[in-house]
Amino acid sequence: MSVRLEASSLSIGYGERLVVDSLDLSILGGTVTAVIGPNGCGKSTLLKALGRLLPARSGAVLLDGKQIESMSTRDVARVLGMLPQAPSAPEGLTVADLVARGRHPHQSWYRQWSSDDAAAVDAALEMTGILDLAERTVDELSGGQRQRAWISMALAQGTDLLLLDEPTTYLDLAHQIDVLDLVQELHASMGRTIVMVLHDLNLAARYADNVVAMRSGRIVAQGSPAEVLTEEMLLEVFGLDARVVEDPVSGTPLVVPVGSRHRLP
Amino acid sequence: MKTPAAKAPALRVGAASFRLRRRPLLVVAASLVVLAAVLVADIMVGDFPLTVAQVVDTLLGGGTRRDQFVVVELRMPRALTGLLVGGALGLSGAIFQAIVRNPLASPDILGVTWGAGAGAVSVITFAGSLGVVTGSAASIGVPLAGLLGGLTAGLLVYALAWRQGIEGFRMVLVGIGITAVAGNFTHYLLTVGDVQDAGRAMVWITGSLNGRGWEHVVPVALALVVLIPVALIGGHVLGALQFDDQTSRGLGIRVNVARSFLIVVAIVLASVATAAAGPITFVALATPQIALRLSGTAQPPLFGSVVIGGALVMLSDLVARTIYRTELPVGVVTAVLGAPYLMFLLIRSRREARV
Repeated sequence: MSVRLEASSLSIGYGERLVVDSLDLSILGGTVTAVIGPNGCGKSTLLKALGRLLPARSGAVLLDGKQIESMSTRDVARVLGMLPQAPSAPEGLTVADLVARGRHPHQSWYRQWSSDDAAAVDAALEMTGILDLAERTVDELSGGQRQRAWISMALAQGTDLLLLDEPTTYLDLAHQIDVLDLVQELHASMGRTIVMVLHDLNLAARYADNVVAMRSGRIVAQGSPAEVLTEEMLLEVFGLDARVVEDPVSGTPLVVPVGSRHRLP
Repeated sequence: MKTPAAKAPALRVGAASFRLRRRPLLVVAASLVVLAAVLVADIMVGDFPLTVAQVVDTLLGGGTRRDQFVVVELRMPRALTGLLVGGALGLSGAIFQAIVRNPLASPDILGVTWGAGAGAVSVITFAGSLGVVTGSAASIGVPLAGLLGGLTAGLLVYALAWRQGIEGFRMVLVGIGITAVAGNFTHYLLTVGDVQDAGRAMVWITGSLNGRGWEHVVPVALALVVLIPVALIGGHVLGALQFDDQTSRGLGIRVNVARSFLIVVAIVLASVATAAAGPITFVALATPQIALRLSGTAQPPLFGSVVIGGALVMLSDLVARTIYRTELPVGVVTAVLGAPYLMFLLIRSRREARV
């Protein structure tokens, strides 16, 4: 497996504040990576910098070994698809049109729409199971449907590297599982490399091959879910007193918080 | 079931290929027919009424000398100025609304129109009372000052609204501010200026196609010949530019470069149009929304807005020339039609904000 995406002593900041502090990370091809950590630890910022949505203050991001800053926006968009947290679409846009916009990196002013584009849009809608919603407008969809529509757009972009910033936000548990099953399928059937920010530790443990735990702009632990999701790590990273047991369904770690009202036996 | 792709097949011409959508294409075709009909009607009507046959005959080089004079020298340039000005305003408004993502965005509200007004009125009042510019210099100076005023105000709004990029809502707010400043400056000039100059200035700032000759047609036509293709080519990014900045960037667009380029094109279009005919309000505001509703698309169609804008201004001028005993400036008609539309937009957006 080769390294697809790499951060090397990467620092990112907003104004005076340094949010990510000389961080090193390697994402191997064909893996699913979940980035976890408390609010404000810099995980979304890291993801944005990996997708070249934010400039590095120092250090570099390498995409397939090339400095991402030196690549054109368009070349990056042909290799790497990004789904930001809570993206916004214009009023009245249909699902089919939204997904069609994902083809932009492959189009030019004289080649605005081809049969390849059409096939990619159909395939993306088919894969996320929303082909029957194609003519509906995005603003009339439910949260779960809308998230599928946005994921379809990223899929239509045709990149084998996908960065998803909290793809399960605002979704109920059933829809969260739906979306993550879809991510799993993209990974399993097409070998796509996926990096996602997730809040739910148990879902991260279930769906990721590789878990990266961050605190205050640094990586505290990374490795397989079993290696990272330990009671010591939870205390260190989240300041959370918790027990870790085996998930009866998947065999992955299951985090059970203690809380102040309960006493441990 | 028909897949979404099958509903809009690709049209291939050599290496180029485009998406064919039935409804927007039908709208453009129908609008072109309406445009041609309005153009002929606009030439027929007047103190010397002509028949359709006479108009067509004269345009093809026949007709009497009187018909030739009336059509070629008097009515044709006026109608064409209206058509081109309307097209430029429609396109400008469509670009602004697509980028700002707000149906209120238009050169009227983003400062361009009143900036042009302030520029033109400065020349009319200062030149008149000081006797600096007279004769043909004045007739060139007024549109030129209008052009410069519009460009200055538009670029000023753009610069003031810039904060690590352009955001639509901030641009509307800054635009309203600059519009107020330019409007008040214009009113100040009207009060200090000579009464006769003020009268001339008032006609100009209402927006009128009176006495427009070929010398007015040519500059707008040249500007449109260059800017329409530029806008249509640059406009292919508009679809992917409709999202928040991060999503657009993720789709491979250099967001600030693309947005700046298109906004400057829209400012130039509105300024040229205003220089030729004065500020004809509401056309740039309403046209893109009419085109959008007819086409059933999520963003104003650019070419459709050109055609509908042209037809709208010519039709308004036809109404302005015929509805009353004396000829009204076309800007009066567009304002009467446009004001209720603006109120409708404001009421609708307030209702949406509450939901």
